[in-house]
Amino acid sequence: MSDRPDFSGFTCPLPKLDHDTVQMAHGAGGRLSADLFERLILPRFTSPELEPRDDGALLDLPPGRVAFSTDTFVVTPLFFPGGDIGTLAVCGTVNDVAMMGGVPQALSVAFVLEEGLPLADFHRILCSMEATAKKAGVRVVTGDTKVVGRGQCDGIYVNTSGIGVVPAGRDLGAHRIASGDVVLVSGPVGDHGTAILTARAGLGVQTQLKSDCAPLNGLVEALLASGADVKALRDPTRGGLAAVLNEYAVAARVGIRLDDGAVPVRDEVTGVCEMLGLDPLHMACEGRLVAIVAAGDADRALAAMRDHEHGGGAARIGAVNDRHAGVVTMATALGVERVLDMPLGEQLPRIC
Amino acid sequence: MCLAIPGRITERYADGDLPMARIDYSGAVATACLSYTPEAQVGDYVLVHAGFALQVLDEAEAAASLRELTRLSALMEADDEGGAGA
Amino acid sequence: MKHLDEFRDPALARALVERLKRITTRPWTVMEVCGGQTHSILRHGIDQVLPEGLTLLHGPGCPVCVTPLETIDRAVAIAMQPGVILASFGDMLRVPGSHGSLLEARSRGADVRMVYSPLEAVTLARANPDREVVFLAIGFETTAPGNAMAASEAIDARLTNYSQLVSHVLVPPAMAAILDDEHVRVDAFLAAGHVCTITGWRLYEPISARYGVPIVVTGFEPVDILDGFMHAVELLEAGSPKVANRYGRAVQADGNPIAQAVIDRMYEVCGRKWRGIGVIPQSGLKLRPAYAAWDAEQKFDVGDITPQEPAECIAGQVLQGRLKPADCPAFGTKCTPQTPLGATMVSSEGACAAWYRYGRKSAT
Repeated sequence: MSDRPDFSGFTCPLPKLDHDTVQMAHGAGGRLSADLFERLILPRFTSPELEPRDDGALLDLPPGRVAFSTDTFVVTPLFFPGGDIGTLAVCGTVNDVAMMGGVPQALSVAFVLEEGLPLADFHRILCSMEATAKKAGVRVVTGDTKVVGRGQCDGIYVNTSGIGVVPAGRDLGAHRIASGDVVLVSGPVGDHGTAILTARAGLGVQTQLKSDCAPLNGLVEALLASGADVKALRDPTRGGLAAVLNEYAVAARVGIRLDDGAVPVRDEVTGVCEMLGLDPLHMACEGRLVAIVAAGDADRALAAMRDHEHGGGAARIGAVNDRHAGVVTMATALGVERVLDMPLGEQLPRIC
Repeated sequence: MCLAIPGRITERYADGDLPMARIDYSGAVATACLSYTPEAQVGDYVLVHAGFALQVLDEAEAAASLRELTRLSALMEADDEGGAGA
Repeated sequence: MKHLDEFRDPALARALVERLKRITTRPWTVMEVCGGQTHSILRHGIDQVLPEGLTLLHGPGCPVCVTPLETIDRAVAIAMQPGVILASFGDMLRVPGSHGSLLEARSRGADVRMVYSPLEAVTLARANPDREVVFLAIGFETTAPGNAMAASEAIDARLTNYSQLVSHVLVPPAMAAILDDEHVRVDAFLAAGHVCTITGWRLYEPISARYGVPIVVTGFEPVDILDGFMHAVELLEAGSPKVANRYGRAVQADGNPIAQAVIDRMYEVCGRKWRGIGVIPQSGLKLRPAYAAWDAEQKFDVGDITPQEPAECIAGQVLQGRLKPADCPAFGTKCTPQTPLGATMVSSEGACAAWYRYGRKSAT
């Protein structure tokens, strides 16, 4: 069973346009701008809110608190195994809203396009966004497009903001984490970061790895529907698992201890990391979540995740303690603990 | 001081005058220069540092040292059992 | 991964810990020369399970850490010159010089590239004939063969827009310097396994004999390292100062003669300053005079380099095993991996960074 979105059957023919590449005029508000919107963008994001072509969207939301999140996406290369910047831009914001307990409802999408970007590339990205939004069950309700001169941006930047509604009674967050809780992860970590790293020209490393990029709102709902007492959810994007756990340890003033060898990591991710001197726990994921769950509910939560297409590789990786507040440790094969620190930032391959 | 890891040669080729190889590290494949291990064959494990294979790993030696260490630890357990009543 | 996982076997490692405890009857001080082993020791928590009498000292075996400040400052100055592409290994780019690191030079407009193999810089020079490609060639004996091969490729092809800024260092002279240091007591060494793949283990026999210290050639996985300590203690307890090779799967008596020959063809031995330690005679490699045209130090006139080392940094003492990272008042406060004062806090192999990263934040 695949735990990644499969868009292989998805076709999306490029509409006939007057230009092959993005022109400055595509962002100038005139006929070309309208053309780009009407013929390329709008057909991908049909929604009742977008249709009137107003300056913004009016939304009717179900009752509950509103979860609101924004993120800007910059990635090299734009297209990578398992997804592209479009998939990422939808998943990233949908997942951020979902981790707050929100049921994602609507997205805004804003593009900064570089003059000269092939329209076929832009179209491909739009198609990915359409397919991913459909999969996540969210509507794109408003948006914006700007064009900057050649060399002023790296092909395309995408910003998405999302709103979701948190059903009454749902309370997730670091404030609920307590000693004794268990730490679960929904699947192998580091696939996205490693896939991007090896897709970049220059390193000369080839793998069959795909980004784990996926919308996780369905998984979150399945997990919460299991009845397990889920205390907090977070998706380990930049900085990887190590960053998320350290943030939790500090925010909740607890210690977190990971069991030796419990964190699932694909062999290829291990191979790339061994080779380049990197730590898989520092590599980004875009389709995984970390759940802190009451100890007695761990099995129920795991079973619910494993039954979902994006949680097949879910595992229990550690537990929360009150022994070393603010510090994440990992048990080693020798039965002692070592500190698992925050990553330093840019993952630079090393020789020593 | 020097990160060097074992990988298995899956293919040999030449880049100009340099003998090169594709090396598999648990499914991640990268290239390395074989100038310093010209004897290395497809299937051999080599120790690679910064894109150069430094040595062909000696499988027999690896197995022998593991055997020796395992024997030592087993001996120690036997000591424990033998000395339990003393 | 094969050749790694077997040597990480938890049951075997624990058995070796037990055995090590039993055979250690007296206090001993053992230095692991290599930063990679320091990293592995802290990562696996080996330092926490050693017998009480066994004291560990971390050695100077981190090429990034010992690269002199002048060299980094020179590399930054060259990188800032118009038309230059400066290439080096990823871990070298973060090391702070007097006026920032190479990454900071990049943010100021320099064209700084990271390479994994030194041959990539030669390819860069071929692809950019109108640019000057300078490769900052650092490392120990392990890295020298690759860097020498890159030099040989470029020089044989008369690639005039390629040059090397060479700051290579050699391990045996540093071990001798530590043994000559009256402030440091080292009873035995774990010798750096990957250096020995090139040099071979026989090279260490004169040092072992002259100073009466056991030297155990050791690999990098927990079982390897524990096996190394076990043999070091066995030799110490038996009063038998000799060289033992416990990394037989990768190390031979005479190392790699082909690699040695290429190093010798391109480089010659010279005195070399080690950051924080000072000049150690005969401890470095530089390009042979015949290849002066490819020597970036001679090719680029960047004026006088006057390095400024932060006064409070004790990296030199740490590298020589005189002090531990936590002895430094700046450790973990003013000096962290995010804001390193010295190179030992930069490289993940540096003793300070390894201590910080693995939570040895106090001296206890």
